Amino acid sequence: MMRRWALALAAMAAVFALFATAAYAVDPTQMPTPELQKRYLGLTHELRCMQCQNEAIADSPVDLAADLRRQVHDMLLAGKTDEDVRNFMVARYGEFILFRPRMSLRNAWLWLAPGVLILIGAFVAVRVVQQRSALVTQDNEPLEEDIRS
Amino acid sequence: MNRFAIPLGVFALLVVVLAIGIKHSSNLGVIVSPLLGKPAPEFALPSLTDSTHIVKSSDLRGRWYIFNVWGTWCGGCRQEHSVLLEMRQADVVPIIGLDWKDKADEALSLLQQLGNPYEIVAVDKDGREAIEWGVYGAPETFLVNDQGVVVYKYIGPLTHEAWEKEFLPRLPQKQGAARAQEAAKS
Repeated sequence: MMRRWALALAAMAAVFALFATAAYAVDPTQMPTPELQKRYLGLTHELRCMQCQNEAIADSPVDLAADLRRQVHDMLLAGKTDEDVRNFMVARYGEFILFRPRMSLRNAWLWLAPGVLILIGAFVAVRVVQQRSALVTQDNEPLEEDIRS
Repeated sequence: MNRFAIPLGVFALLVVVLAIGIKHSSNLGVIVSPLLGKPAPEFALPSLTDSTHIVKSSDLRGRWYIFNVWGTWCGGCRQEHSVLLEMRQADVVPIIGLDWKDKADEALSLLQQLGNPYEIVAVDKDGREAIEWGVYGAPETFLVNDQGVVVYKYIGPLTHEAWEKEFLPRLPQKQGAARAQEAAKS
């Protein structure tokens, strides 16, 4: 019994190990300096693979992702800044390629909405509390019926 | 009355915002190209049929053209091939092909088998040109005007309807609209 469990565990471990190396092998690119490598990894993780839209180009095995990684690699080696790379991608593929959208006039309301909602909520809360406390003071005055009896 | 004014107002506002959202996302999954209304990328690439000949975007200036990104590995491209042939037959606007990350011999034999709808095919061996056009999956088809500006982009396999409803009406009067009317009459 024990041995069967051990065997199953070993098999599972082997399968996981297989997937782990497969995932790792998506992008073997090495930049010449640690600083460039860090920027390369940062950029490839924040650019969307447009073909498999919920994956970053760093993690995607499709051809287009490899081409886009090569583009990032070449631009960084050519001395371009991270913002240059982002602008290059956005000019061709649109804002959608950035996982972290930039603030613009079109989406500004999305960024502002939470603050506006909190303000409205605070206003309503204050008004409700004020009205309730006004009710409490009214309640303390004796009712006509009470007086009569 | 007053009690309902504010909630109703909020509700109406919500309806308007959501309606705008729905209207703008009718083509879910289709990403609007930032190239629309902008100059098409400049290119100079070898021709598929004659690798010593260079296909240049500057040579296309002054004419409208359709820029079709395809590859033999792409199923949707095979699907739209008959539509491309029909478009060529209509002889309204030249179709320029971009053979994307493909093997030249396979591309040539496919065109020989199924017919060649292209005026000329530029070869993008390593996929760099496709990135310039913001291509993320073949087939993709652009309409470029005589000023070299991208007027329209169609994503996915072309259909007869797309050709008649999206491409023909955008072409200049003497080229497109007249043909569309003829087609409607016949």
